[in-house]
Amino acid sequence: MMDWGYLFEVCLTGLAGGGLYALAALAFVLVYKATRVVNLAIGELLMAGGYLFFTFAAMWALPLWLAIPAAVLASGMLGGLIERLVIRPLLGEPPISAFMVTVGLGSILVGLVEIIWGADQRRLPDFMPTKPVMVGDAFLAPKVFWGAVIAAVFIAAVLLVFRYWRGGVALRATASDQAAAYVVGINVPRVFSLSWVVSAMLAAVSGIIVGSIGGISSSMGVFGLSVLVVVIVGGLDSVLGALVAGLIVGLVEGLAAAYLGGEFKLLATFVVLVGILMVRPYGLFGTRDIERL
Amino acid sequence: MTTAEALGGSGDAEPLLVVHELTLAFGGVRALSGVGFAVQPGSITAVIGPNGAGKTSLFNTISGFYRPSAGHIRFKGQDITRIPAPLRARMGLGRSFQNIALFRGMTVLDNIKLGRHAHLKTNVLDALFYLGRARREEAELRRDIEERIIDFLEIDHIRHAPVSALSYGLQKRVEMARALAMQPEILMLDEPVAGMNREETEDMARFILDVRAEWGVTVLMVEHDMGMVMDLSDHVVVLNFGQVIAQGVPAQVQADPEVTRAYLGSGNVDELRRKLQAAAPQGQEAA
Repeated sequence: MMDWGYLFEVCLTGLAGGGLYALAALAFVLVYKATRVVNLAIGELLMAGGYLFFTFAAMWALPLWLAIPAAVLASGMLGGLIERLVIRPLLGEPPISAFMVTVGLGSILVGLVEIIWGADQRRLPDFMPTKPVMVGDAFLAPKVFWGAVIAAVFIAAVLLVFRYWRGGVALRATASDQAAAYVVGINVPRVFSLSWVVSAMLAAVSGIIVGSIGGISSSMGVFGLSVLVVVIVGGLDSVLGALVAGLIVGLVEGLAAAYLGGEFKLLATFVVLVGILMVRPYGLFGTRDIERL
Repeated sequence: MTTAEALGGSGDAEPLLVVHELTLAFGGVRALSGVGFAVQPGSITAVIGPNGAGKTSLFNTISGFYRPSAGHIRFKGQDITRIPAPLRARMGLGRSFQNIALFRGMTVLDNIKLGRHAHLKTNVLDALFYLGRARREEAELRRDIEERIIDFLEIDHIRHAPVSALSYGLQKRVEMARALAMQPEILMLDEPVAGMNREETEDMARFILDVRAEWGVTVLMVEHDMGMVMDLSDHVVVLNFGQVIAQGVPAQVQADPEVTRAYLGSGNVDELRRKLQAAAPQGQEAA
């Protein structure tokens, strides 16, 4: 006999987790859309955001309302720095070069974190309400629920800003045709910087949420693996794809963890990846002419 | 007396664009060497030359995609040689591309609107709430674009069509509309009628003349269609192997023996034939 209440609860938790994937995937898609760089270090950027928050909130004991924006801003600066020092010099090189560089970037970030903060797992200060959340009869862990709410708010904000703000239009134009963007007076290098800065900030937000749910450690970048699945399923350069695929992957992971056991989470995710790529090689919403890696 | 004679002949008007001793090298290859010419305000200037002569390289250097290794470019009396491409666009250098660079997936109207992107001064909050200046600017922009450019280029019927669905000739027109939306002082057209049929070519020629007459925009174009170049231009610059081999009014250029040689090749036809025969395998001569 199926327990429908339990199923509902599992689905809700899965979808809430998927919201986090969607936010992180959005961070990835922003960079990919604007610069065509596949950023494999997305998980490590998440981690960096988590550790920066840890530094400000736990080590320097800043109040939360200051520590969170500070961590997000510092991550944005880190993203800008990475773009300027590591990615910009690769302009005009084949995509595979930048791709490989981001692999190295991930290792460097992990190394830095281990040097500065050590390899032990750490707990982030609690900042979300701790009262259990009930949706109908279903129980949701408060951190998961509020994490999803924060993710949803940020996703909505980013979508609105990029829809109506000139910078967002510039980004879409640059993504569409760089030469044309140049001749209408769009500062293309600045769009590149902007996309990395915003992407790193979004990654930091997801890092802080993920870290406050499960703690932070130098191996937290594996979260990025699921994010990669999300963006590939969604179609790499599609914002809508990132959001939909984020929810799908979250749901699948939640169901697998509940009915098959936690160790099947990644397996289920990759089965979904393989399945979708067999039917739609360019992802759910991907454009057809993206480079194959 | 034509405009060209009035402007070019008197010599007291400051040229709008001056290219001086421009040299561009890719490694050991000199795409341009010591190229120099001036574009008078209100004129139509054409750059011609055989394939590979450096015409597009010249355009890309003027609009800021390539950094010249020597020489300089002056626009409106200001040295722009080191100014980045987007800033040059904002200063009033509009251009189109040989292989059309439009924002695919966007509509004709969006493409044209993006031409005004650089001139908008709306900040993010205004835009979010669509208040005050944003709304006024948007309204102004719409009027300006819809009533003038779209009517002018006769693309009213396709304003909401995605550009990727349009014919080549129409895409070229949309590209020109976008460039006009930037309110340029000089419009650089890279092969505006390449690949067009006769009718489309005639339309485009008419638009180019009207751009100057109605909008007061100076035109600098690269074109292969000799008929059009000779009909429209006030001043023709001939490039070959990255050097200016002749320039002047169309009639002057047409009469220049250097130009004929660049296009038709030089040397003795009989000698060429002998060389060919010597190179060909014996058995095939009968054919």
